[in-house]
Amino acid sequence: MSLMGSGENKREQRVGGFHEMGDMDKKIEPGAAGEQELEQALKNFRLSVVAWSDAAYSRPRTAAQVVRHRSWRLAAGWALGCALVAGGLSGAGYERHHRQEVARIAAERAAEQQRMVREREGLLREEQAKAEEEDLLAKVDSDVSREVPSAMEPLAQLMAEDERK
Amino acid sequence: MAAGTTLEPMTRATAENFAARELETAGEEFSLVVERHRPQIFRFLLASTRDMDLAETLTQECFLKAHRNWGSFRGESSAMTWLMRIAINLQKDHWRNRRMQFWRHTQTNSVDLDEAGEWLASGESSAEKQLLAREQVGHVWAAVKGLSERQRTVFLLRYVEEQELSEIARATGLSEGTVKAHLSRAVGRVRAELGVRQ
Repeated sequence: MSLMGSGENKREQRVGGFHEMGDMDKKIEPGAAGEQELEQALKNFRLSVVAWSDAAYSRPRTAAQVVRHRSWRLAAGWALGCALVAGGLSGAGYERHHRQEVARIAAERAAEQQRMVREREGLLREEQAKAEEEDLLAKVDSDVSREVPSAMEPLAQLMAEDERK
Repeated sequence: MAAGTTLEPMTRATAENFAARELETAGEEFSLVVERHRPQIFRFLLASTRDMDLAETLTQECFLKAHRNWGSFRGESSAMTWLMRIAINLQKDHWRNRRMQFWRHTQTNSVDLDEAGEWLASGESSAEKQLLAREQVGHVWAAVKGLSERQRTVFLLRYVEEQELSEIARATGLSEGTVKAHLSRAVGRVRAELGVRQ
């Protein structure tokens, strides 16, 4: 007796069946109760699956329920997707605005600093010009005072004395 | 050729008619294939997934895919083997996708083993025999649940679909030796579950 089931001649006649398999190669004694039990279990299993499948195949379909279930999931998926997209967009917008604001403040600070530097430089330049002007006047004074012809020297001395008096 | 008959040159209209008739024939052939093999494909997918809705969806996908590729089916294997191969691949893809999409609801709609084992053929005579049969079926389901995907596929093709080893090898893309090895392990597991000594 093979494991194929006694009533299933088609399977028993097969060449490429159980008899080729390693652990099924040995002939099973008719009295091997364990193998009979296995054979019976496999047969019952097959019949059970067939009965279940036949019943499931011809059962009334619940298409509406499935569709509703799927549409609910689809709607939830869309809502989540929209929320994620909106969140992403608003985040990107905020990030952009924040960057623009930071750049504007930095530009203002840089302009302020440049203005202060320019003012400082202007003051320095003014002071320098003043000093140069004073130096020049002093030089002119001294030059003018010294440029007296030698013939006029006695008169200049007299004037100096006169001033002293 | 009979005297007086002449071969008319094939005009565009006759070529279109010919193509349309070919398409129609192919469509009819495919309808026959669907009618003949759909219950079997559904049964295999139901036993693999223990989920009626999923089995139905995968069966539809299987025949949709088969319809799209019907033109490329060269008849090297039987239509059943070809369809079974598509079904096995769809099933594999489904589980792979399910593992990837962990955020989707992780619970499957699979019925539990007790429910699956409730189904019995109406042939059992006594209540005692029915109880015994139910118990045996439950044990086999428990063993099947513990099998790897490949072992389960091979086991179901062999003991539910009653396919030849060569057919199983063609449908799964495995060698016959590998099929035998998987089958041997699967049967060993069933045997252990039943408490049967070798």
